[in-house]
Amino acid sequence: MSILVHRVRSAGPLISRIVAALFGGYAVAALSSVAVLALPMSKPQAVLTGMLASFIIYAGAVIWVFAVRSATKAWVGLMIVAVLLLPAAWSVS
Amino acid sequence: MKTDQNPKPAGRGIRQSMSSLHTWAGLLLGWVLYSMFLTGTVSYFKDELSQWARPELPHLVQVPDPAAVAQRIANEFSRMDGGTSQWSMRVPDARNNSVYAFWRTSARTPGQRGFAEAHFDPATGEKVASRETLGGEFFYRYHFQFHYMPVVWGRWLAGIAAMFMLVAIISGVITHKKIFVDFFTFRWRKGQRSWLDAHNALSVFGLPFHAMITYSGLVTLMALYMPWGERAAFKTPAERAQLTAELSAFVPPGKPSGQKAPLAPVEDMVRQAQERWGQNNIGRVNVVHAGDAAARVTVVRGEPGRVSMSPQYMMFEGTTGKLLNVSESVGPAAETRGVFYALHLGRFSDTVTRWLYFLVSAMGTAMVGTGLVMWTVKRREKLPDPQRPYFGFRLVERMNIASIAGLSVAMTSFLWANRLLPSSLAGRANWEINVFFIVWALMLLHALLRPAKAAWVEQLGMASALLFLLPVLNALTTQRPLWHSLATGDWVFAGIDIMCWVLAALHAVLALRAARQKTGSRSTRKTSRRAPIAVAAGGGAE
Repeated sequence: MSILVHRVRSAGPLISRIVAALFGGYAVAALSSVAVLALPMSKPQAVLTGMLASFIIYAGAVIWVFAVRSATKAWVGLMIVAVLLLPAAWSVS
Repeated sequence: MKTDQNPKPAGRGIRQSMSSLHTWAGLLLGWVLYSMFLTGTVSYFKDELSQWARPELPHLVQVPDPAAVAQRIANEFSRMDGGTSQWSMRVPDARNNSVYAFWRTSARTPGQRGFAEAHFDPATGEKVASRETLGGEFFYRYHFQFHYMPVVWGRWLAGIAAMFMLVAIISGVITHKKIFVDFFTFRWRKGQRSWLDAHNALSVFGLPFHAMITYSGLVTLMALYMPWGERAAFKTPAERAQLTAELSAFVPPGKPSGQKAPLAPVEDMVRQAQERWGQNNIGRVNVVHAGDAAARVTVVRGEPGRVSMSPQYMMFEGTTGKLLNVSESVGPAAETRGVFYALHLGRFSDTVTRWLYFLVSAMGTAMVGTGLVMWTVKRREKLPDPQRPYFGFRLVERMNIASIAGLSVAMTSFLWANRLLPSSLAGRANWEINVFFIVWALMLLHALLRPAKAAWVEQLGMASALLFLLPVLNALTTQRPLWHSLATGDWVFAGIDIMCWVLAALHAVLALRAARQKTGSRSTRKTSRRAPIAVAAGGGAE
């Protein structure tokens, strides 16, 4: 039993990071692709700019998640970016 | 990620964590990526493979005048049984000896869905009488949507794989301490070191290409992967049409007037476009509401001479042939997308550029392949009992064999099926594809049943034999053997025959090297002496 608990405890942060990378990263990328609409550009150009940039942002988020020292820090980083993007995304939808 | 043996994972350096990320992001979808890379690589010669797959269609000595061909096909459509109100054709060019067209089918046959497609003979305007096949189109479609699954699922899978690839590329570069020095390092016959050096050389040499091709691949389907901005910005179809106009030359049709009126000569409209863009620089001719007073004809610019897939077209009033408008530019973000799209497909290429595309893309394939093999080579040395490896190791080892060597056998079998299946077979085009997957599944079975080394040697040997004999099969089953192709200057057929032999030789070399490999490979762990030699492109593919 204690072995199982130990296993879960050691794998926990890793799973947390994988979830942060796959879904947190996508969420930040998607949010940024909407936030771009707040920029002073014509709508079609803004939409396309958001799409084009989103994959770079997604990849960057994944790298960030695995580069920082802890899973918590990875989540906090993604949260900060999300909070910064949220007002811009909110204003256009 | 590797489960950390280290009790304090926080202590791991960034290079180490990036190395783990690179390893696992690369492995997890590596087999999918390898097949995407290889089918994508051959798709640079999609049109040539499609010509080869329809040997009944004669080699085009000279590209026919697009305007005359367009008129011939337009006549065919106006006579079409049941009539069609909307059609689109791609006129022949130096790489296409037939006219590919699709059209809206009349609703009078219930159960038949919206569109039909066919290839037409540019000389007669009639549907070509050739075997039913997808030809090179199959590899092309597999490359981004696979098969036996809904198209959208396949495209998502391709997108996820591409995203993993992008992460693997970035983490791979960060992992690399001495990216420049290592590029000139090749430790020949040093087991794991040689694999690492080969992987590095292949990756670093083609790095700009690998990064571009992965990112631009995502761009080709970005509206599917990231629809959120579009959904937030556009609430009505009319608004959305603004975006579509930036991306596609297929202008959404207005309403038909209900008044019958014949179509003015399409030939004259194509001639106007030729004056603007050049004799052989016509891509498509699209018609909506044909036979109606509100008909519109769009002549789309060809792809040569511009590295962009952004829509460029001239629109004409269908009944009078009057030029309505010319669209030759889109917004900056749309143009960026158009350029990346064009870079990915490489359709603007002349022959030399196309071969460069093919070669560096083949290096990308080898990069993924060496990466996959390295996973096992690295771990084999550390196996507690090399005779009985753990399950994960065996799984990767066998999957590698089937997805690398097995894919070569399966792809060649597809071409064999093209020559061997009778033309009368119902669903023939599908059967070619079924043969591909049946053979691939058999290769997986073979890889599971045989010892790993034997499986590598046998499958590579089989691929080599099939490739070597394909030109022979072609000579026996068609009127276009190699000597005939060479004599008539048919470089499509001759080129494919010769490439089969080149690839057969490559597979034979790989099979021989695999046969010479010592099992266990423990003996190769000598003190690694650095022997820097300038590695020529692809010099370390094995």
